[in-house]
Amino acid sequence: MFEALLEAVEQAEQEGISLGELALRTEAEKGLKTRAEIETALQRALDVMRGAVSRGLQGDLRSVSGLVGGDALLLANAVGPLKGTVFTDALAAALAVQEVNAAMGVIVAAPTAGGAGVLPGLMLGLAKHHHFTDVELVRALATAGLVGAVVASRASLSGAEGGCQAETGAAAGMAAAAGVELLGGSPTAAMHAVALTMQGTLGLICDPLGGLVEVPCVYRNATGAAMALAGIEMALAGVRFPIPVDEVIDTMGEIGRTMDVRYRETAGGGLAATPTGRKLAKGRLVQLKKGQG
Amino acid sequence: MISLLDIIGPVMVGPSSSHTAGACRIGLFARGLLDGSPETAQVELHGSFARTGVGHGTDRAIAGGLLGFFPDDERLRESLELAEKAGLVITFTNAKLRGDHHPNTARISLGREGQQAVVTGSSLGAGRVLITNVNGFPVEVTGAFPALVFVAQDVPGIVAAVTTVLARQGDNIATLRVSRRRKGGDAIHIYELDQPVSAAALNALRALPAISSLHAIPRIA
Repeated sequence: MFEALLEAVEQAEQEGISLGELALRTEAEKGLKTRAEIETALQRALDVMRGAVSRGLQGDLRSVSGLVGGDALLLANAVGPLKGTVFTDALAAALAVQEVNAAMGVIVAAPTAGGAGVLPGLMLGLAKHHHFTDVELVRALATAGLVGAVVASRASLSGAEGGCQAETGAAAGMAAAAGVELLGGSPTAAMHAVALTMQGTLGLICDPLGGLVEVPCVYRNATGAAMALAGIEMALAGVRFPIPVDEVIDTMGEIGRTMDVRYRETAGGGLAATPTGRKLAKGRLVQLKKGQG
Repeated sequence: MISLLDIIGPVMVGPSSSHTAGACRIGLFARGLLDGSPETAQVELHGSFARTGVGHGTDRAIAGGLLGFFPDDERLRESLELAEKAGLVITFTNAKLRGDHHPNTARISLGREGQQAVVTGSSLGAGRVLITNVNGFPVEVTGAFPALVFVAQDVPGIVAAVTTVLARQGDNIATLRVSRRRKGGDAIHIYELDQPVSAAALNALRALPAISSLHAIPRIA
């Protein structure tokens, strides 16, 4: 793929194609898989994402530890000022996928399992209010994949290496680009949506209670989708972020490399180290170990 | 090189791409170094695998991989129970592996009817893995291709003999790596192929006298 998002955007603009189309072409040119094979795999990913959203929205799942579950359904029946909008539908779908994930159900890591709710949440939340064909949704997944590949090569996609900014933060950046493309924005607008989104997730730590991908991970996927919506809205309105997107991504990588180990998926700091965080985790982990005999 | 499908994927059983899907793949690779299902497994969990593995189902994922389950197989949830039924005695210990290792690393020692295999592998994030050691030999395998793994005497001509067999069967090599612990000792050979190695090539390779412990490992990623 590409090592700089700017390079991909310039090429797409020059050729008059979307980032998703460029990603599909570039991947097929590597020669390891045909374009049809790549599209089939992405279509399967889309189908699994839809399945996870509808499974999670049934509202009856509990996570392996019992700490989370049922919140997606609450959001689907939101009562606040944004009820019935893309916003609450994206949040509900993001929560749904993460609740399935926490219950050891089948999801698509995008880019990771811990951040797997953001992209389907955003895309399928949008799809509830706009008509997109599967071809368009598959192409948007490729757009997201291109952004994720740049983040992987310049920074990291691992919470253990870079904190939550590398998981839900990267996922939000990916979702922002996919969303702009689905809504008809240019590759340049998509690039600014990534920058505007990821500047908002810089420094986000990975502090799961007991090390479980449950609290706060499930909720971070919802707020990640919200951050992507903020980036999309600003970029489509013409806002241009002054720091180039690749430098924003590099900053994320640098913050990750210097982040204290307590904040990198070790459950040693942040919310995991709060009195309540420790208490909840202790009780649940003891139960888990007993349950496994 | 990172593929689009590494980022949008894998389709997997939750909750963690590194601690569940990646862990499963390390187990799958290790299983491939035996002639069948392992009977004993000692799993040493290092770094973040040790600290947070239980809650992420790392133990279930590795056990599932050792049973031959892929990361999207819902049986991963019950793999510890299924391992017991299948006669696989598996133990997990937390360890501080010597040397420089990625935070998510496991060392797996397997046994089966006198056969043994020891594999060290790291889960790099997003489900990608890197196998770093096989039976004491330093290696670098991602599992993205079907692989041919064997031990050969450190004498000239082994690679030529093997590539001749593969070429005759039309098996194309993607990557090739030979590593040895000392000059004149045994060397481990790892060939990553575009397609699973053909049965005809496997038989021809088994007939080469300088080669031992030959295993064809399926694509795990």
